[in-house]
Formats: sequence, C-alpha cells, structure tokens
Amino acid sequence: MTILTVAEFRAGGLGKPALEALGEARRQADLVGGKTGVVLIGHNVDPAVATLTRYGADEIYIFDSAALENYSLEKYASAVAQVVEAHKPDVVLIPGTVHGREIAPWLASRLGVGAAADCIGIKVAPDGALEAVRPLYSGKARARVSFCGRPQIASLRPNVFAVGDVNDSRAANSHRMALGEAPAGAVLREVAAASGGKVELSEARVIVAGGRGLKGPEHFDMLEKLAEVVGGAVGASRMVVDLGWKPHDMQVGQTGKVVNPELYIAVGISGAIQHLVGMQTSKTIVAINKDPEAPIFKIADYGVVGDAFEVVPLLTEEFKKALAPVSV
Amino acid sequence: MNIVVCLKQVPDTETRIRIKDDAGKGIVRENVKFIISPFDEFALEEALRLKEKLGGQVIALSLGPDRAKDALRTALAVGADKAVHVNDGGLAGTDSLGVARTLAAAIRKLDHDVVLFGKKGVGLDRGQVPAQVAQILGLPFAGQATEITVSDDGKSATVDREIEGGRERFEVPLPAVISREKSANELRHAALKGIMAAKSKPIQAFTLADLGLDAAALQPKVLVSKMEYPTERTAGRVLQGDAATAARELVRLLHEEAKVI
Amino acid sequence: MMTLSETAVAGPSFELTEEQRMLQDMVRDFATSTLAPRAAAYDRSCEFPHDNVKEMAELGLLGVTVPDTYGGAGMDTLAYTIVIEEIAKACASTAVIAAVQNSLVNFPLMKFGTEEQKKKYLPKLASGELIGAYSLTEPGSGSDAVAMQTRVRKEGNKYILNGTKVFVTNATGAELFIVYATLDPELKSKGVCAFIIEKNYPGFSVGRHEEMMGVRASGTSELILDNCEVPLENLLGTEGEGFKIALATLDVGRLGIAAQAIGIAQACLDYSLGYAQERKQFGKAIATFQLIQNKLVEMAVNIDAARMLLWRAAWLRERGQNFTKEASMAKLFASETAMKAGIEAVQVLGGYGYTKDYPVERYFRDAKITQIYEGTAEVQKIVIARHLTNPA
Repeated sequence: MTILTVAEFRAGGLGKPALEALGEARRQADLVGGKTGVVLIGHNVDPAVATLTRYGADEIYIFDSAALENYSLEKYASAVAQVVEAHKPDVVLIPGTVHGREIAPWLASRLGVGAAADCIGIKVAPDGALEAVRPLYSGKARARVSFCGRPQIASLRPNVFAVGDVNDSRAANSHRMALGEAPAGAVLREVAAASGGKVELSEARVIVAGGRGLKGPEHFDMLEKLAEVVGGAVGASRMVVDLGWKPHDMQVGQTGKVVNPELYIAVGISGAIQHLVGMQTSKTIVAINKDPEAPIFKIADYGVVGDAFEVVPLLTEEFKKALAPVSV
Repeated sequence: MNIVVCLKQVPDTETRIRIKDDAGKGIVRENVKFIISPFDEFALEEALRLKEKLGGQVIALSLGPDRAKDALRTALAVGADKAVHVNDGGLAGTDSLGVARTLAAAIRKLDHDVVLFGKKGVGLDRGQVPAQVAQILGLPFAGQATEITVSDDGKSATVDREIEGGRERFEVPLPAVISREKSANELRHAALKGIMAAKSKPIQAFTLADLGLDAAALQPKVLVSKMEYPTERTAGRVLQGDAATAARELVRLLHEEAKVI
Repeated sequence: MMTLSETAVAGPSFELTEEQRMLQDMVRDFATSTLAPRAAAYDRSCEFPHDNVKEMAELGLLGVTVPDTYGGAGMDTLAYTIVIEEIAKACASTAVIAAVQNSLVNFPLMKFGTEEQKKKYLPKLASGELIGAYSLTEPGSGSDAVAMQTRVRKEGNKYILNGTKVFVTNATGAELFIVYATLDPELKSKGVCAFIIEKNYPGFSVGRHEEMMGVRASGTSELILDNCEVPLENLLGTEGEGFKIALATLDVGRLGIAAQAIGIAQACLDYSLGYAQERKQFGKAIATFQLIQNKLVEMAVNIDAARMLLWRAAWLRERGQNFTKEASMAKLFASETAMKAGIEAVQVLGGYGYTKDYPVERYFRDAKITQIYEGTAEVQKIVIARHLTNPA
C-alpha cells in the first residue's frame, strides 16, 4: 500500500503544509505497513531530499529543472501524473495550498479519478481504501467520503495535520525524473512577496484579528504589537477589508481565508456568521468587544467585555511578562 | 469577446444546515433559500465589466435543478446576453468531475474566449470544478484571480492572484478558464429595465442527451458515506473585573487552562 | 399579483410574478446595503440625500411605471408599491422622495400632460436627471385645499403666479415643480390650475427648509412665487382642471404613502422581533413573554392587513377601475399601523429604544407624518364616508 504526497521546492524551502501531508502519509502508512512516496518538484532541490527523508519519505521522485523553477499547474500536475501512472499509489495526499488546491482536481481529471478537497481527517484501511473527512457549507457540516477507483486523491487543509516526527536514521530511495509531455498553460511572469514577510495566516499558530471596532487602520498597530509578542499573525474581518483599511490577503472569513490556529484573538469583531466560518475551528478563541451582546461571545472560550483600546495594550503587557525568559 | 460565466446556487449563508435523516447523506433542502454563490457573483460582475470594456457577449451557464433558472434570470437581469441551463435527473449524486464533464460539454457548444467561475461554491466548498473543466477542455487555467486584464488584441490575459506569503502574476493565452477570488466589485443590482428585459431573453436548456453524455459517464468517483455536524462550540466564559484584571486573568487561563501559551 | 392580463375575469393573486419578486429582491438588497447604513446620518443632518437619489435613478426606481417609450421601466402599480415599501424599511425620507417623484410628479404628467410636455420632462424624471416636487398646501390651506390663496393670472404669453406654498417635499433637491394656483378664489375648485414650473423661472424660489420630527432628509421646504413667470405651454391640463388633477394625483399618491407606512411598520416589526429574541430578562428571551408577543403579533397582523388593502387598491387601478375609496382605506389603515408599530417598537426596546443608538425612535418619528400628509387621517375618513353614503 503506497501513499504518495507532493512537495514543491520554493524559495529554498518546502513549506510546512508539504511536511504536514508527508507526516500524515507516514502515520497512515505505518498503521498498515505501507510505504510513502513524495513527488518533489522545483529547481536545485537537493537540500530538500534530506529533509523529506528525515520527515518520513521512503521514495522520492525528483523533478529538478530550470523549466520547473516557475510554478505551472499543467507541468506540476503532469509530473505527479507521471509518477502515479508508473508506480500506481493507492492514495495521493496533496497539501491544500493555493497551488495544491488546483493541482489535485486537475490531476484527478487527468487520471479520471476522484479527488476530495480541503480534508481535515484521513484514514487509510489496510487494503488502501481511503476515507476522508471534509467540511461543507462553510464548516456547518462535515462529510465522510470514500472513493471509487485508484488513486484516491485528497488535498489536506493546512495547519490541521501534524508535521511528522523527525527520524535522522531513515533512508529513502531517490529517483531522478524527467518531465514528459505537459499541455501549455498560463505562464508565470512575476512573483512578489507579501509586504513585511509576515507569518502566513493559514499556517499561523496564533492569530490576532481586528474588526470594525478598531475604528480605523491606524489602530491595528496595537494588534501588530500584541501579535509580535505572542508570535502570531494579524488578520482582519471583511468589514475592515471592504473599508479599505487592510488588504484582502488579511481577511479571515467566508470570502477570505479559513484559518485554524491554536489561539485566535478577535478584537472589535462582532462575530457575523461569515466571519465565524473562517475561524470557528480554532482551538481556543478569545473575544474582546465592548458590546456584551456581540455574537462572537457565543463561541469564544474566553471573553472580555471592554474597550479594546484599554484591554489590548494591557494584554500585551501581561503576555510580555508571562513569556519573558526566566532568568536562571 | 465571448465570456461564459458559470453560476452555482448554494444555500444562503444564514441557513441553519440540517442533515437529512436518511443515512445522513445530504441536507434538508425544503425551506432553504438558495442564492448564487458569492464568488460566482464576483465572476459575473467581472464578466459584465469585461464586456463593457471589450464588447462582445456574456453567456450565463448553470447546472442545476429547476431553481437554477432564478440564478440565470438574475444574470440576464444584470446584463448577461444569453443563458444556458443544464438540467437532467441523471446528474443527481454526481461528483465534481461529473459536473466538470457536463459543463465542459455545454461550453463546447458555446463560443468562448474566457470561461469564468467563482473560485468555489460556498455550499460544497470544493473549488475543484474550474480546474477540471480546464483540463477536460484542454484550456489554460488561472485560479483564484484577484485581477484580470485582457490584452487589447483579446489573445491573452494577465491574471494576478494571492498565494501564501505573496502574489503571482500569470500571462494566460486565450481562450482560457479563470476562477475569480473575492473582488472589491460587488455584483451590480439589476436595474428595473434589466429585470423587464430579462423576460424576453431566452434560457436555452440542455439535457445530458443534448450534450452527448450519458449518466454512466458521470458516476461519481467520490461518494459521501455520511454527513455529520462538527462538534458544537459552546460559549466559554466572560472574564470579570476591570481591563487590567481581565487581561491578567486571561493570560493566566491561556497558560494554565487552555495551555496555548 | 395581477399582471396586465387580457382575461378580465382573473382575480387578485397573493403571489408576486417573477419580475416582481426579482424587483423586490433587488430593491431590498439595495436598500439594506446602500440606504440603511446612511439613514441615521441623514436623519441627523437633514441634508437632501443626493447620493441615494442618484443610485435609485440608476436602478430605474424614479420612473417605475413610466412607459419605456418615455425612458421608464414600464412596470405596474404593485411593482411601484413594492419599491416604496422596501426603500421605506431602510430610510423613510428616501422613500418619500421616490414616492413624490413617481406618484405626484410622473403620474400627473403621464395622465394629463401633452405629448410635448411628456417628451420634454418624463425621460429626465425617469432617469433622475430632474427631481420633481408637488406643491398644493399653503399656510392657510391644508385639508381645505380649495381655499388656496396662490393666484395666477394670464398676461400676454405667460402665466404670472403669486403666493407661498409650504410643506413641499423634495423642494430643496428638486428642479421641477407641479404647483397649483387659482385663477379666482370665488371659483372655488373650478378655478384651480396646475403648472409645471422649472426652478429657474423668474420669480420662483425655494424658501425656508422645515426642521421636522421625521422624514427629516426629505428636503421639505417653502416655495415663494413672486410674480413667477410660467410659459403658457407649461399649464398642465386645462384651466380649471387643476383640482381634478390634484385629486387624481392624490389617489396614486396615497398608494405610495401607504407603501411607505407599511415599510416603516415592517422595519419596526423586524427590528423589535430580532431584539426580543436576543434580549434576556429573568433568564429568558423577552420574546417568550406574552405581553411582548402581543405587541409583535398586533404589528404583524396589521402589517399584513395593510399590505392586502394596498395590493387590492393597486389591483383595482391596474384594471382601470375607480380606486379612490380603496386607496384612502389603505393609506388610513397603513399609516395608523405604522404609528402603532413605532410606539410599540420603542416600548419593546425599552430604555434602549428611547436612545438614538437604536433605529426604532427614528421609525416612531418617521411614522407620524404618514397620518398627516397627502390627506390627513381625518380627510381619509371623510373620503371613505362619502363613498359609503354615496356609492358611485
């Protein structure tokens, strides 16, 4: 029984979602005595081979060329298709990044098989049958799905599955591959990094999010300070983005990002359903709002009814004290 | 420029979703208000703006039961020139690949330079159909576009989109399939004249037979074995005291009780 | 509801047609997303909501029943009432502005205007390029409209008007005015004439802007006619026909005001129902208390009844039948419903309802005028009584 995953080598690294997918593949394979494979795609990818080995890969299929330095849906998905056709894995787990969420369905169509998107739970039976759990209706329901035909493809929601345990004594077989035919598609012309090189919301462990209650973009500064102290990312409600205070890539919610941090601190956010669907699976939710009737308090684990402008700076101080390294 | 926009109806966001009692494989649809998926509305607005800029026509396409006509009427009322409705009992229970195969067959019958989708339908939340339609039609795909600029000669488009930690810009040869991310441009309201004009614009209907497909080709490869509710989140507690006291207590609880810091 | 059907036998329907439903959805969405967020600020500032008017015009809401040959949407009476009701839920001031344009300006032009007048003014009114106003009331004549003092005389190739008009809705934002004046008070109703006056005519000015209890952003002001010169071709209808025009206009106007009142009442019900379901006292949502339920129930029943009276009047009009009594009944009942709903909505919200943080006190203030303008409640009763005692 083989589980194949996909890893993009980009900007000198692999990205946490790829290691999460590999981690899950490893765990599932170990339960039934199976094997894991990784399709590694990029340019000058050698540093990644050792990483993937340590994190659980048995077989590594390496597509390394200048032509693959720039992302291309058709090329990347065709590379995976090549490996699938040659090695016939039972399951393909793809990190649910922006790229992964289009590679998975394109690949499924190319192979004429089924794909399940944005999965939050995975179970592989000894015979290789995959059962996946995925959220629907903006997270109001979940579906358990099974598949007809092989391979069974699933894209995994980032920040849900744990990265695998590191094992330095592992060995993996590397296979250098050459990409065959791939249809022409869109050509990547430019990649720009987000301003500030901040932590990506969909991968953050802690998120501090601000809403209309902050009264203006300048007041996000205090959220930045708090986020810095707790090592988190800053997010925004749709209202804040629509008002032009913050860019869309910071929006959490139904038409923004769905996030799953350990800790979500909602400041001045009323808790409209469209926002909740983007963060309701966070492990712990804290709400700070001056309106005691705000719907967010219905799902918050801890609520503070008060003026954000008073509470947030005090909270930042308390976190600083709590997180200060203890002098020996 | 021929712009095809694919529209899907989903339950209104405010709907309380109830899972059917029969082996729980679907949701209760009675008394549910259906709306056009918000991302599809952004795609439709994009299509109308492209038409305003470059000329041509907008064709609204929807695969769905009878009520999909409402979505198509709305599209006609806001300015789409034509509407196509694909409806066939054989489509019940199909998966995203089945939907994609059907839509692709319909799109083949229409002149198309740009095929627009919303990035995902906020019902099933899969976001798979657009890429699959592109693969089946052999067209380039640009997903989750935040900005689409068609070249003056209509032969290509520049598409921007957000990725983790940044942005990508693609040059996409046309014809192509593009899926639209949320936009600052909400779908325009239908003016009264548009609502009246929509009456006389026909909705073309296709069955699977019209598209040369049979239900066997659309058997789902992904099957829902069960639907469930997520674990209910209950309200926690509101911390008492003034701001300073609450802040202190909160940090203590996050450390000792929730153990997240 | 009745579409313009050939079968005269068809009865009223309690269902909207597909176009009417789409219209309702669109206006509701527009009103909620665009008009409602601005309503409180306009209520405070009393400024004429030019942006609301512009956006309504773009959607065709200022020429709902104007035929498309004159640039309107060519929809029916019921569609018009749906438009006003949905707007009024969000902003009563904006609703009356739209109602005045449609009922009191577009309608008399359509019904009594010459082809030249219709071609000249209707397309611009329908497109919102011109905002219209209607001016009957004077300091000395409200319900007793015939006792008006504004005089008109013919002088060569002009009419010359002198007088003061008050409580002219839309006046501060309007460029076109339907103004009523009399050739001779002795002639009573037979002396009244209607004129189409453009703002820039010599001797015409908009006077004092009223500060009012409600519909504060409706631009209600005085008009001053000081040897105002009006071209002969701007007489609407014939000399002495003015009173007939005014009455026919008020019939349609009352449909609009009934719709506005129903919208206000519906807003009261929607808001107080939502509040009552959230607000807890004695450990329970107050919506479970029977005395609160009683208030909500009465609002709901009265709103439905008012809406049925209005739809019935609209149906009669579409069939070309006399609907004066029915329009009066609808306006009478709907305005009373709105006032009661406003009072009870404030009561349901209690102390909070009394503050400006919540919209119900504005609904309460806006509701009152619906019992006064376009014929007071007392006048409506006189109209209905006449029909009861002298069935036509």
